[in-house]
Amino acid sequence: MIEFHVNDKPVSFDGAEDTPLLWVLRDHLAMKGTKFGCGIGSCGACTVHLEGRARNSCTTKVASVAGKRVTTIEGLASADGTLHPVQQAWIDEDVPQCGYCQAGQILSAVDLLSRNPVPDDGDIAREMTNLCRCGTYVRIRKAIHRASELMSEAG
Amino acid sequence: MAARISSKKKVFDQGRRDFLVAGLTATGGFLLGMPLLDVSADEAGATGGKIGFFVEIRPDNRVIIGMAQPEIGQGVKTSMPMLVAEELDVEWSAVTVKQMPLGLLKTADGYAWKYGGQGAGGSTAVTNNWAFLREVGATARHMLITAASQHWGVPAQSCHTEPGVVVCATLGARLSYSDLAARAAILPVPEEKPGLKDVSDHRIIGKPQKVVDAREIVTGQARFGIDAEMQGMRFSAIERCPFLDGKVEAFDDREARKVPGVLDVFPIDGPNPGEPYLILASGVAVVAESTWAALQGRKALKVNWTKGPHASESTAAFWKQAEQLLAGTGQVVRDDGDFDKALAQASRVVQARYEIPFVNHAPMEPQNCVVSVEADKAHVIAPTQSPSGANRAVAAVTQLPRENIHVEMTRVGGGFGRRLTNDYVAEAAMISQKIGAPVKLQWSREDDVKHDFYRPSGMHEMKAGIDEDGKIIAWTQRLASAGKYYRRANVEPENQYEAELYVDDFPSQVIENLRTEWFEIRSGVPRGSWRAPAHTANAFVVQSFLDEIAHATGQDPLDLRLGLYGADRELSYGQHGGPVFNPFRLSRLLQHVAKSISYGAARPKGKGVGIASHFTFGGYGAHAVEVTVESDGALVIERIVAAVDCGIAVNPLGVHAQLEGGTLDGLSTALNLEITIGEGQVEQSNFHNYRLLRMKDVPIQFETHILPWGDEPTGMGEMGLPSLAPALANAIFNASGVRIRKLPIKDQLKQAFA
Repeated sequence: MIEFHVNDKPVSFDGAEDTPLLWVLRDHLAMKGTKFGCGIGSCGACTVHLEGRARNSCTTKVASVAGKRVTTIEGLASADGTLHPVQQAWIDEDVPQCGYCQAGQILSAVDLLSRNPVPDDGDIAREMTNLCRCGTYVRIRKAIHRASELMSEAG
Repeated sequence: MAARISSKKKVFDQGRRDFLVAGLTATGGFLLGMPLLDVSADEAGATGGKIGFFVEIRPDNRVIIGMAQPEIGQGVKTSMPMLVAEELDVEWSAVTVKQMPLGLLKTADGYAWKYGGQGAGGSTAVTNNWAFLREVGATARHMLITAASQHWGVPAQSCHTEPGVVVCATLGARLSYSDLAARAAILPVPEEKPGLKDVSDHRIIGKPQKVVDAREIVTGQARFGIDAEMQGMRFSAIERCPFLDGKVEAFDDREARKVPGVLDVFPIDGPNPGEPYLILASGVAVVAESTWAALQGRKALKVNWTKGPHASESTAAFWKQAEQLLAGTGQVVRDDGDFDKALAQASRVVQARYEIPFVNHAPMEPQNCVVSVEADKAHVIAPTQSPSGANRAVAAVTQLPRENIHVEMTRVGGGFGRRLTNDYVAEAAMISQKIGAPVKLQWSREDDVKHDFYRPSGMHEMKAGIDEDGKIIAWTQRLASAGKYYRRANVEPENQYEAELYVDDFPSQVIENLRTEWFEIRSGVPRGSWRAPAHTANAFVVQSFLDEIAHATGQDPLDLRLGLYGADRELSYGQHGGPVFNPFRLSRLLQHVAKSISYGAARPKGKGVGIASHFTFGGYGAHAVEVTVESDGALVIERIVAAVDCGIAVNPLGVHAQLEGGTLDGLSTALNLEITIGEGQVEQSNFHNYRLLRMKDVPIQFETHILPWGDEPTGMGEMGLPSLAPALANAIFNASGVRIRKLPIKDQLKQAFA
């Protein structure tokens, strides 16, 4: 039995220990916001936060998160429904097209902003490695700048 | 939502308009839409049942608008309801959009599609629904006005609407739509076609509207195909034969069955060589209690494959075949004037060959499908661009009547043409039928890269004759390709070319002596529609070759094109996107992007600019690209200016998104993407060797411009893509003197400067 926290709630899993966190979230905990894209940690569609840092859940064995805290896209907004500034910025800049990669993009951006509150375009180009097949990159870039502003305004 | 059908009357004259009915919802709302009942039964007098709605006005003033098309990221879930809301006259903020399922009905005359065509392909949603959806909104509004005028006892002509409200100026009275809903619901649907607003009166159409599902997407609540579930659902994966048209010879599933959670293992029989595809490949299916168990079970399989008839196919052999074909005579598919005579008279002949690779669609959401096949019916939840195709695929597998197969649509994690074919739906139906339970089939990324209906590959030989004044007097395009109509049912061999060469494309009708010739390359690679299908190849070739001609004859590439495009006039266009093509609209776009990028300005060594424009499925696009080619061949995309003329832009935000995304799709594909074949197998497997564009490759200086034209919209899903690659190649030539004649570009520049 592997126990850990997802979005501040205790959860447990008693299946195969090498099961990727991605499939535990999706198939066993019925949390569908985290997406499967490549299975090799390349595209970032499955990005979650592990102890506050972005992580590809498709290549993270569930055994390795025992006792740790996982945040998924479902846990990013406040309990009262107030969106995280990055989520709000994504709406403000009308980022999504098909929308499939955006949960991963948002969680990568939150991680980036937590380490670098005012990233420039070069920082974003280096750090934002998630794939978007629709090509929403221009608006992702704008939204990260906007989120940076929103977060600095909020102090 | 139960609704009583209060009246059923034929409205308008044709097609889906005939199905419109009005009714009252259980909570007292007004509904205008389509009956869910079998039409023949309905016509026989049944009055109970439900309405599959387009428009519902709820007692709390919320307006629910149904959307019948698949949302694949092209923005129809926003733009289609805008058309209804505009004519209904409501605040856009009051609208909630609901995805509708496939609207298949069986009638006395056969199958009918009550919502009209449902599909995402060919950039058609806006054009096909432009009139109809506005008429739906206008009809509902008309009925609300009638309800108000009857209530007040005044003529309808004395009433008008403001958003969500009917107003009688004479009485100074106002009633909200929700207050009128119950009255409107019992009125007959008007027979006559409603009048529509002038474009200049639009409040919603033409104004930027954000993605309607944005909040659901950013909070992880939006549901895609991969997120669908059914009660008692199993999970499955298929190990498919890696050899083109190979088969399962034998398999050992002993280890697979030992994997905890694995429930069943059985072979899936794929198509025979040359036959139309229901599914892509033979394989072995593993059914399990979870996705991971299915994937692990699959990994533990030992399968011996027969290598099939294409075991020796390779990309090198493919190009050799192309060269051999081009040495001979092909199928002449257009022959204007006298090409040979004109060429003989030319003072200068320019020729070049270009190579276009196979490419993979690679939508972010790998193929998947949930299907429940029962004895007498089936239920499908699929991320598909063609719900009717999904229905047909399940019918082909199960032999169930099509009206007993219900197809639900979800948001789709990218399409790009891949999900116009429903092979993964057929596979899921085969598995569900075999195990007698609902099943989710999940493809891996490797499955998706290795098994696709790839964009066709081909070699284009171009030749032009130019007279002493620099005028192009003879032009030929000779294409040897593995066409996308390969193995398609009901396409005759002599019509295979139609998907590869659109014979009315520019410069036909502009250059007098013009010949187009096609040769079929034999290949076992499955082929299909990839965003802007043959336009991607032909725009690259034609727009690159024009630059080569300009350079060879000392003309300016922009002036040469403007001279050919000529004055504002309509040429006939018999292929998709017609019936007319106005090359002046390309001229206007090209001048705009050239000006925006300071086309004529002097640039330092190593820096260059290129332009291109193309007509795609009714819409017009142009690109200007500025690059630096370093002394070691490193390529820097400095700046991109993209422009589109899609008539009127229904949702400018959506149009900009499509133009940005289409441009980056063009860039991604031109720079790095190709599928190659070795020993009868696809050589790429995942994103490490099929390298899609990432943030670092997107230039900071990237502008998109919309140039409106007239008062009708065209589609927008594809026209932002084709002209990017040639503009880039032309910029590279301008910067470095190296002509890119083979896509993708990859390390060609590095090699040229090594």
